Amino acid sequence: MIRPIWATVRKIEGLPIAAVLATLYGVFMVTSPEVFTGHRIYMSFLQTVPPMLVLGLGLTFVITAGEIDLSFSAVVAFSGFVYAWTFLHSGSALLALVLALAAGAFVGFVNGILVAKIGVPSIMATLAAQFFWAGLTVLLAGGASWNIKGIEGSWIQTLFVGRLFGSVALPAQALWALGLTVVCWFLLNRHRFGEAVMFVGDNPNVARVMGINVERTKIKLFTLNGLLGGFAAVLLTTEMNTFWTTQGEGYLLPVMAAVFIGGTSIAGGKGLIVGTFFGAYIIGSLEAGVVATGIGGYWTQLVSGLVMGASVILNIVIGDGRLAAVASRVRHWSTTAEEN
Amino acid sequence: MVDIQKRFGLVQALRNINLEVGTNEIVGLLGDNGAGKSTIVKILTGVYSASAGELYVADRQVNFRSYNVQTAHRYGIETVYQDKSLGDKQVLWRNFFVGREITNRFGFINVKKEREIANEIMVNTIGFRGEGITVDSTVSDLSGGERQGVAIGRAMHFDAQLIILDEPTVALSLKEVRKVLDFVHKIKDAGKACVYISHDLTDVYEIADRFVILDRGEVVASIAKTDVRMKDLGDFMLDYAHGRRGLSK
Repeated sequence: MIRPIWATVRKIEGLPIAAVLATLYGVFMVTSPEVFTGHRIYMSFLQTVPPMLVLGLGLTFVITAGEIDLSFSAVVAFSGFVYAWTFLHSGSALLALVLALAAGAFVGFVNGILVAKIGVPSIMATLAAQFFWAGLTVLLAGGASWNIKGIEGSWIQTLFVGRLFGSVALPAQALWALGLTVVCWFLLNRHRFGEAVMFVGDNPNVARVMGINVERTKIKLFTLNGLLGGFAAVLLTTEMNTFWTTQGEGYLLPVMAAVFIGGTSIAGGKGLIVGTFFGAYIIGSLEAGVVATGIGGYWTQLVSGLVMGASVILNIVIGDGRLAAVASRVRHWSTTAEEN
Repeated sequence: MVDIQKRFGLVQALRNINLEVGTNEIVGLLGDNGAGKSTIVKILTGVYSASAGELYVADRQVNFRSYNVQTAHRYGIETVYQDKSLGDKQVLWRNFFVGREITNRFGFINVKKEREIANEIMVNTIGFRGEGITVDSTVSDLSGGERQGVAIGRAMHFDAQLIILDEPTVALSLKEVRKVLDFVHKIKDAGKACVYISHDLTDVYEIADRFVILDRGEVVASIAKTDVRMKDLGDFMLDYAHGRRGLSK
């Protein structure tokens, strides 16, 4: 009787990782109730996590296709630069937005060409891209950070990072990131492109003989990731009213961690958008949560490592049905001896 | 195929291949490793294009420049590969329709319809019943024979006129080979043509109407089943493998 329920439960995408997030918040509520029972801390997460989540969504596609992208943190800097520069020089927020997205998409497109057409392994191509675009940004900006105070009160600020519902002050970027999560879920799970991504990641030879254009799929994939990187840069830069040359640097490892603890397979072929969503909130909440418990900032990394490890194990055991596989293997080992 | 040639740089993989497959005929394509069997398959199915020569499908000449896997599918040519027909981690309904999904005009997949048809194929065409396999099973849960069954069922569903089986029984247990051969009999019964590639003579002999033997990129013989016994066919191939030519009757 437990089996069918268990099977249904296992099918719910991202459930293990959602449970980890809930547990985490539960623990934080016990250890520091004064912080975690009020709504302000959550509003703060809803402000800081969205850029990370948007980056994670793009990376989920890339990893599902069996590739990797290390350049998105440089995209956050480069697109942020393009955004700030255009806004300061033209005064047009719309132009700034369009060019920032275009810049991100361009970086991604170049990555895609390098990987798909020239055949450079993606880890190498995007590592080089990471240095190149981050370096170019520093060069172009002269190493300086720019204040874009002029954006305050503009429509773009209200639209992307405004505070909603009066005193609740829900950051608009949280809704944008949520909306994008839904769009990306449909794109990966219900669209022809997403299916191509999964088959390419599963086995590019199969994809090819089934008529999928593997090269074009990869180029689209990296371009999409660049575009989302550009959008993350817009969210971040607008929220902070400032562009600074190192603004993407802290994102590389946390975003990868968010995708992996979300259950997306590092081997390719399987990606969980819902997992990435909860993964991003877990990673984004850990530091503040650990600090708030009062055990001290030195513990943050250690606890982060523990939570990541636990999430990944939970995903393997529950999500992949590995538990059933292990159980049947044990049964197999214990019965073959009698049969022979 | 008329005078088909294929070069890879300096290597001439195929020279002057002439091959015809009749309606509802099962041709066994035989030859040692490296004889060019797989290259022929890839040209037929649009994965490679030929360096020279002509290809006709149902008497219509194929333009190699625009010929690819999708056009081959449209012409009714389907392929079942030894190990690269299905995505291992993907559910079966996706595997049935990958590359030609049923979508709306924005490219979104009609999952309900794909699952319905996939289920139809599995029950009626392949004959999976009560084996615990559903359209939501992932390929990695299937045995080797079942996988080939899925691939063959898929080919038949898409109304293939010619189904190419590229070493479908390699690495399968005898019981699984039996299953695959039963699927191939279904192809014949359905009035479709088939090219069956193998270097296992016993499989091919059972199902093929005619044998085409390749050696080093050339067709060296085309023999109807009625004209040859299995042992002679085996000896003939061995002669080629050892570089001794000629039919030893």
